[in-house]
Amino acid sequence: MPAAGLELSALRRCYGAVRALDGLELALAPGELVALLGPSGCGKTTALRIVAGFERPDAGAVRLDGADITPLSAAKRDMGMVFQSYSLFPHLTAAQNVAFGLRLRKTAAPARAARAEELLELVGIGGHGARYPHQLSGGQQQRVALARALAIRPKVLLLDEPLSALDAQVRLQLRDEIRRVQLDLGITTLFVTHDQEEALSIADRVAVMRSGRLEQCAAPAQLYQRPATAFVAQFVGTMNRVRGTMVDTDLVEVAGHRLPVDGERPVPGTKVEVLLRPEAVGLEAVPARAAADPAVGTVRTATFLGAITRIAVVLEDGTQVKADLPSHRASEFPAAGRARLVPAARPVLVIEP
Amino acid sequence: MAVTTDPPLAGAVDPAPTRRGLRRPRALGAWAAVAPLLVYCALFLGLPTWALLYEAVRRTDPATGVTSFTARNIAESWSGFYLTAMWGSLRLSLLTALICAVVGLMTAHTIAQSRGRMLRQAVLTASGVLANFGGIPLAFCFIAAAGTAGEATGLIRRIDPGFALDTFTGLVLVYPYFLIPLMVLTTMPALEGLRPQWREAAAGLGGSAWDYWRHVGGPILLPTLLGGFVLCFGSSFAAYATAQALAGGTVPLITLRIASVLSGNVLAGQENLGMAMSLDTIFICALMMAVYLPLRARSARWLDS
Repeated sequence: MPAAGLELSALRRCYGAVRALDGLELALAPGELVALLGPSGCGKTTALRIVAGFERPDAGAVRLDGADITPLSAAKRDMGMVFQSYSLFPHLTAAQNVAFGLRLRKTAAPARAARAEELLELVGIGGHGARYPHQLSGGQQQRVALARALAIRPKVLLLDEPLSALDAQVRLQLRDEIRRVQLDLGITTLFVTHDQEEALSIADRVAVMRSGRLEQCAAPAQLYQRPATAFVAQFVGTMNRVRGTMVDTDLVEVAGHRLPVDGERPVPGTKVEVLLRPEAVGLEAVPARAAADPAVGTVRTATFLGAITRIAVVLEDGTQVKADLPSHRASEFPAAGRARLVPAARPVLVIEP
Repeated sequence: MAVTTDPPLAGAVDPAPTRRGLRRPRALGAWAAVAPLLVYCALFLGLPTWALLYEAVRRTDPATGVTSFTARNIAESWSGFYLTAMWGSLRLSLLTALICAVVGLMTAHTIAQSRGRMLRQAVLTASGVLANFGGIPLAFCFIAAAGTAGEATGLIRRIDPGFALDTFTGLVLVYPYFLIPLMVLTTMPALEGLRPQWREAAAGLGGSAWDYWRHVGGPILLPTLLGGFVLCFGSSFAAYATAQALAGGTVPLITLRIASVLSGNVLAGQENLGMAMSLDTIFICALMMAVYLPLRARSARWLDS
């Protein structure tokens, strides 16, 4: 299966007055898995449908290995697609579903059957080929849909929220399976999701979209640690916004602590909002009758998350800050107790409010 | 690793009877709820069918007045004059069902594809009304619109000079008026159940629109189409009042023959023969339902999955 490079160039698509895509630019290297992530209505599914050939852009181009495929119909694009709602043909067995594309390509029946069996094995449901879709669970149906998309040896695999209709446990299992299969086959893959955890865990790079535009496309770790915009910082992972002041060209003061700042930053003296991850915030227990301090607040909730516990503290000015602490320390911060904020690492972003 | 299971405790109470005990009132409640329907079916479907069957196999000798059980009525209902009527009904029903299946499907497909919700609602409401608009009122409407010397009749006679409403062709023209709406009502849910993603999946796998209809849409719709055809056939086969009002005795149809025999229009004392013919029609309708119901169940399973 030859891996191909995919390029979305200045894609625009409007539905009446609504601008679904507004000059989207994105490039996928051969064999790469890129997750398109964004809130509902950001245009990610529209982008995927344009790549698949189900919709035409108002402007812009889709290129596959440098060749412009924008005018081609979906049938001529050599792309495999997995839909959110499985979309298996209900009157065909799992094996017949998988072999459907090969049947259209006039592949001989024995070769079709062998390929279907091979792919059902690959996606982990060998032996289920004779079953009809209504005899399969949601997870099994989506595996068949994946096998069906791969059977035609597509140049690009398109996945449109393939896990969102599944329950949590199956979702995790199938997510790993999809990644394993994608790596085994080395197929270029565009994965649309609104679930950030899913995107960060499966993709080589995550492309965050907002209002039809690309906000940032980067490796998951970079996206998490060095978001390019406040939107990306807020959308990916949990983020605290705390007030601070620039005290030097590369130093911000927040809750009485001075932290180094990278990247673009306002001039010294500017009042700013400092974006901090919960794991970058520490807490100190303080006596109930401690002197007034803007860095001190009241513990509201403690959410046990396994190895860590997330403590929510409300500061005097009403700002809520979340701090991730080792769970064995959670008992130091009972509800309604007092705690002081101790920013422990550099902020991910400093913005002017 | 050895796996052991605890032996049942001595004297432990088997929970099954308790569960069964709990289920019993629920089952009784379910039967109580369905009882009125069962009584209704028994009184208005079971009892008349039984009476029909009983009378169809009885015959009274006019000379001696002795009544005996015999299959002669049924044998006679499949011969001569009556066989011609049965054949006429079958021909009319097959032809009208075929026309209505095609036209009804096309109509339903157009409506299902249209984005106008108002149009869809209007067509479905009209279909609901028109599917039940038969009998004398329908015959009267057609006589008024395409009677012996109307403009519409004149237009039709340019194609078929021998056209008249009281002929086989006339009935073929009239029956679709209530059968097409029936087909629309039958096929619309199935057409709306065709998921757009199936078409897109087929296209993504390299299929054209023709491939989609040939390998996906067509096979999925086929049970519904056959079911609709069977319903139209049955409805056409059982129609009486429209044919009676339009054609009287000029077109040989089984329902008209049954009425004629039961009312003693030709010969008196042939009621049992009429019952035998009625039994024949019940048999044919039951056959149709036996084909329709599994098809419908199959289609529903596909479209609901």
